Amino acid sequence: MNIRELRRLLDNREVSVRDVLAAVYGRIDAVEDKVKAFITVSRDEAYRMAEHAQESIISNRMSLLSGIPIAVKDNMCTKGILTTCASKILHNFIPPYESTVTAKLKEHLYVLVGKTNLDEFAMGSSTENSGFHTSRNPWNLECVPGGSSGGSAAAVAAGECIAAVGSDTGGSIRQPASLCGVVGLKPTYGRVSRYGLVAFASSLDQIGPITRDVSDAAAMLTAIAGHDPLDSTSVSYNTPDYEAALGKEIKGLRIGIPKEFFIEGIDKDVEEAVHAAIKKIESLGATAVEVSLPHTGFATAAYYILATSEASSNLGRYDGVKYGLREPGKDLIDMYMKTRAKGFGTEVKRRIMLGTYALSAGYYDAYYKKAQQVRTLIKNDFANAFKEADVIVTPTSPTPAFKVGEKATDPLQMYLSDIFTISVNLAGVPGISIPCGFTKGNLPVGLQIIGKHFDEETLLKAAYAYEQSTDWHMRRPSL
Amino acid sequence: MKSGVDTGAIVKKYEVVIGLEVHAQLLTETKMFCRCSTKFGSEPNSQTCPVCIGMPGVLPVMNRKAVEYAILTGLATNCRIALYSRFARKNYFYPDLPKNYQISQYELPLCENGFVEIVVDDEVKRIGITRIHMEEDAGKNIHEERGDYSFVDLNRTGVPLMEIVSEPDLRSPREASEYMKKLRAILRYLGVCDGNMEQGSLRCDANVSIRPVGQNEFGTRAELKNINSFKFVEKALEYEIKRQVSVVEDGGRIIQETRLWDSVAGMTRSMRSKEEAHDYRYFPEPDLPPILVSQEWIDEIKANLPELPDDKRKRFIRQHGLPEYDAELLTSEKAIADWYERAVESGGQPKVVSNWMMGDLMRLLNEENKSVDALLFGPAQMVGMLKLIDDGTISGKIAKTVFEEMYRTGKNAGDVVNEKGLVQISDTSEIEMAVDDVLAKSASEVERFKAGDEKLMGFFVGQVMKATKGKANPKMLNDLLKEKLGR
Repeated sequence: MNIRELRRLLDNREVSVRDVLAAVYGRIDAVEDKVKAFITVSRDEAYRMAEHAQESIISNRMSLLSGIPIAVKDNMCTKGILTTCASKILHNFIPPYESTVTAKLKEHLYVLVGKTNLDEFAMGSSTENSGFHTSRNPWNLECVPGGSSGGSAAAVAAGECIAAVGSDTGGSIRQPASLCGVVGLKPTYGRVSRYGLVAFASSLDQIGPITRDVSDAAAMLTAIAGHDPLDSTSVSYNTPDYEAALGKEIKGLRIGIPKEFFIEGIDKDVEEAVHAAIKKIESLGATAVEVSLPHTGFATAAYYILATSEASSNLGRYDGVKYGLREPGKDLIDMYMKTRAKGFGTEVKRRIMLGTYALSAGYYDAYYKKAQQVRTLIKNDFANAFKEADVIVTPTSPTPAFKVGEKATDPLQMYLSDIFTISVNLAGVPGISIPCGFTKGNLPVGLQIIGKHFDEETLLKAAYAYEQSTDWHMRRPSL
Repeated sequence: MKSGVDTGAIVKKYEVVIGLEVHAQLLTETKMFCRCSTKFGSEPNSQTCPVCIGMPGVLPVMNRKAVEYAILTGLATNCRIALYSRFARKNYFYPDLPKNYQISQYELPLCENGFVEIVVDDEVKRIGITRIHMEEDAGKNIHEERGDYSFVDLNRTGVPLMEIVSEPDLRSPREASEYMKKLRAILRYLGVCDGNMEQGSLRCDANVSIRPVGQNEFGTRAELKNINSFKFVEKALEYEIKRQVSVVEDGGRIIQETRLWDSVAGMTRSMRSKEEAHDYRYFPEPDLPPILVSQEWIDEIKANLPELPDDKRKRFIRQHGLPEYDAELLTSEKAIADWYERAVESGGQPKVVSNWMMGDLMRLLNEENKSVDALLFGPAQMVGMLKLIDDGTISGKIAKTVFEEMYRTGKNAGDVVNEKGLVQISDTSEIEMAVDDVLAKSASEVERFKAGDEKLMGFFVGQVMKATKGKANPKMLNDLLKEKLGR
């Protein structure tokens, strides 16, 4: 059941918010032991919010998300509710403030189901880097759900919530959505406020919805988008009603197929599913055109320099002085070192070291500055490609979900999971992943559609048109 | 330092090169990147929020007023204002810096290539300003005397600062001190900084080096920190120069290092060497868009620039006919200059007003460490007193007494004179009586005077003044005494 249907049932008072919530928690009780999507399940708070939402419905003041049970990735600050970033260093952190996105969801009277698991500080592609536990893919519990928003994607796929929000720095919404067979949308950088999103890489991070289908993604984006005076990088453009863009024809839409994206090493089943999807979209009246994104090969390298550089600075504040974990030491430096040594996991430490190195005197020009130049080239690539195409279509991930532990010891192999999603963050453009088939092993495959800056409407229109011509999004894992 | 060396003479063999980095706290109501108050002296950590405490996920939002103040300062110091500049992060770990990075500016500062003029030994010298950039202040660590803990007060964290970097154009501690004074005057005229070094709203780090006179390349420099009072600017620099000279004279080499001025010991101490210097890993601040300044905005700010100390000084010389020295002193503070001009407007004779202000008024204010704003009487009242001198009601000497009473009570000069009976005696017969009386009582002194001991004239004047409680018209008294003593 998607938001639109649930909205109708709630508004007609065929069901109560409490009943819906009870059903969601019933599902959580039944499957969470297997899926492990959550870090915190906020039952008491959820029932309070449910009551509040019900009142609004009774008094006919319902809003877009009144009473809809939604899960939030645990790197968005929720006032009074534990927010850990899946890191031991924030194991006890209860924010005294609300992130703008959850504040907006609150204005729309959502019900917070709980806070979902992620790779520590959103650094990873499998949730295996979580400081607490690894979430599982509802389609195959031996597989990872993807990451870093793996908990959110798994929760949506497993029916442990109606929708979720995640954050995407290099693919962290789209890749897990692809691996879990759900819809994940990374909006244009600046479309959604980052205030209260615990920063990984400030110039790349963006919050977006993870949902069962495209219309839910549109509804969620409408609720969370918009300028925020607390985030100077959020733009002041008006937020359209994204649901209104759905259902329009895509006849004549030019879909760009970047030749650089269909590379060796891509899973055969994935490639087939994506090619079939492109055929399908063409059959709906769109025209496929080949486009070129010539600097794609440099994207991953540039990304890992820029993202880790920003991260090395953003994570400086976790020092044991003010909040979170503190390990006593014999002096200040010793306390800093012990706290950070114990609080951060291996991948986070690796990235802090990479970023610190890239910004160091004598290396800055060779690494950070060069990577910024590459970023500009990649932006230009997209600008050029969008002269010939209205949207660009690619696989979301080169492979379907992989087994827990399969890539955990090889960070470079893991980094390649995001090879198709990273350049979208570097360019700052929006991208969506939608289900487009299954492998022979019954694992979901995702199709990525990339749009122009601030043109989420065309993106959603294309995604919706494709989705409505298939039934991939209707399939549910058996748990 | 080698003992017994005449450093004064040896110093002359070397040329001193000084550049100053001045931090000025901006007088905005709220902080640089959040809306917390900037008030000084509140309960520790009472003026903080998630943003200035550096909590996870918070974001900075630029204070436009702070940018305006920095532009104002840039214009007042003849800088070029950048239409496009950027914030950058300066990364280092310290508990008073909650994010463990400071938002500052690095590659693209807001203001560049300016200058200010200083007057040393009646010569005007131009001191280059390399750049002025904006940044946020850090908090304060409070160390317990005994015990295992230190505390952090984050009230100051995020208060807007300007860093004003001079060219290495200063050639003596005196010039450095004059430059600081001029900068302080400009900042106070603009109302962008209160210029209080003791409270830390104006701070100064100095880069100091020496080189043999005639050498073109700079010597190795030391950076002096913690010069936390105006009176230490010259002291600290003088000490450091002597130290460097004696190191070189002893055959040693200056090493590049940061040194801390210890005002109690009156010396500088090594804090860290170049090898131990931080690598701040500057990079553009991704949470803030570039600062875009329109030419219209600059023009608007320029149009509101007040008259600055140098312009005022030149005008005082031109308009009031004051000497350079008077003009410089009277324009050092806007409040003093305004007070002066109001006195002149009220009919005071410009040079006479200047003399009284630079003399008695400044002395009284300095004794109590008060500013001219705290005066109980106004400029017109002082002019009233000057009129009483002019019309002979009181003598210049009595006027000093009257002035002090006015300073203490805020009363009008006329009232003070009446209440205390200080009207000058200009009645010949009354003075003559007193003179006769004194001369009659001082027969032996009169003898000695007539025998040639003319110094006794002062004695007779003193005795008569004593008898008349100082009110005798001095000129009339002198004339009468000369007449009676046959001179």
